[in-house]
Amino acid sequence: MNATGSLARFQDAFSDALFRDSAETDPVIVPLAIQPAFAIYRNTVMKGSIDALQANFPAVTRLVGEEWLRAAAREFVVLQPPREPSLLQYGKSFPTFLSAFSPADELPYLADVGRLDRLWTEAHVSADGPVLDPQTFRASDPAALAHSRLVLHPSARWRWFPEMPIYTIWSRNREDDADGSDIKWRGEGALLARPHGAVVWRLISESASRFLDACAAGLTVMQAMEAALEADAEVDLVKLISNLVEAGAFSRLIKTP
Amino acid sequence: MSQMLTAGLGLKAPHFEAARDCLAAGLWFEVHPENYLVDGGPRLAWLSEIRARHPVSLHGVALSLAADARPDAGHLKKLRALADRIEPALVSEHLAWSTWRGAYFPDLLPFPRTSQALARICANVSAAQDALGRRIAIENPSHYLRIDGHEWDEIAFLDELARRTGCGLLLDVNNVFVSAANLGFDPRAYIDAFPSSPLMEVHLAGHSHDPALGAELLIDSHDAPVSEAVWALYEGLVSRVGPRPTLIERDDQLPEFGVLMTERERAQATLSGFARAA
Repeated sequence: MNATGSLARFQDAFSDALFRDSAETDPVIVPLAIQPAFAIYRNTVMKGSIDALQANFPAVTRLVGEEWLRAAAREFVVLQPPREPSLLQYGKSFPTFLSAFSPADELPYLADVGRLDRLWTEAHVSADGPVLDPQTFRASDPAALAHSRLVLHPSARWRWFPEMPIYTIWSRNREDDADGSDIKWRGEGALLARPHGAVVWRLISESASRFLDACAAGLTVMQAMEAALEADAEVDLVKLISNLVEAGAFSRLIKTP
Repeated sequence: MSQMLTAGLGLKAPHFEAARDCLAAGLWFEVHPENYLVDGGPRLAWLSEIRARHPVSLHGVALSLAADARPDAGHLKKLRALADRIEPALVSEHLAWSTWRGAYFPDLLPFPRTSQALARICANVSAAQDALGRRIAIENPSHYLRIDGHEWDEIAFLDELARRTGCGLLLDVNNVFVSAANLGFDPRAYIDAFPSSPLMEVHLAGHSHDPALGAELLIDSHDAPVSEAVWALYEGLVSRVGPRPTLIERDDQLPEFGVLMTERERAQATLSGFARAA
């Protein structure tokens, strides 16, 4: 930024006045802020930012209702206005904001549901990439597999929630899901990926989440299996890996030297 | 531009399939590039599918060329990558600012048209054209505020900007109508004085009254059909300067695709009527 001169001075004062009434005391902006039309700019900037948060957090919106969401979003926008010149990914820290937002105290799962909305956005806009075909994977040499590495698909996103059934709450609210059956209160993990066109998701275990963490860290399949066993010594590793391959979580299998 | 564009439509996601499959001769589409600055995925795939069948124009809203700062190099780089992928028939932006000291304000903000601002904006437009490797067209924004300290009227400012940088101009007739109503000038005189030779594109859209602020203020809301008053100004413009690529914009209260096509056909008829009369 190399701001100089009176245009910069005008833009400092104008941008302050968009969010703060107190800035009206700035003599540069007083003649503008006293005009009723100044509200158009305030409203447009605020509405555009709130609309983006509502669009980017649909499961949160469905849980709390549009009015609640927009009121919370308004507070967030003042604290953390958009910084990227595109609103497609605005709200990265909105879940963290929700976790400390006292009106949400009675909804302890809300911030984590927001985290899955955020992972959906990340999966949606990520780079395209090849998808490891389950048949190719099944045909690979079992002896070599343990020392190979599974490379994650660019869109793969996952998270383990140890305390609450966040996957079930999120997936029921992400789409119009009529399933109103009782939710089993337990920890759950979620895997989201976009192997072909649309983002898809599935429930995963803590072992699977650990396995993916290890793959992301560049470890071998053997080391990733050890990590999965640390979470659950009884886990069926063959089933675990084939589930993840079928979900489109990986781009390819490479042999380590 | 290898071909002369005729009348086109702003493209919104709900119309994607209808737009892709529409075979109307000369139809083209305009999108906001900011919605496609992603690494991959369905958005880019949609746009590529549209582009495979129709010319596409990239109409930016976030380059912030009227900010007293250089345009963001990272943003320009992403725009360049999108433009190289889409090979747009037109690229345009606004005479406005929307980013400042690291914050993005999703609006087109006004400024005093001083000689200092002109020098800065010329440098910014040149930097953008260099980075994009393309000529861009700059659009007149809608005005709501009376700002003291203008040293240039808007037409002279835009004309000088085009002369110094070689950029083109985009004349939004609805913005002129809205601004004229809000600031109290004659929209016909503005349209009649707009320079013809740098004029690369024309925008037509609907406006509305601000529900809170009453009848005195018109809003460039893009949520209604083009008004008869704006059509009349447009027909006057075409009869003076000849056919120019013309876009129907609708961003809110989106009707069926066919309804927008009817408006598009009216613009097309105006352009064809001139060609026959000529």
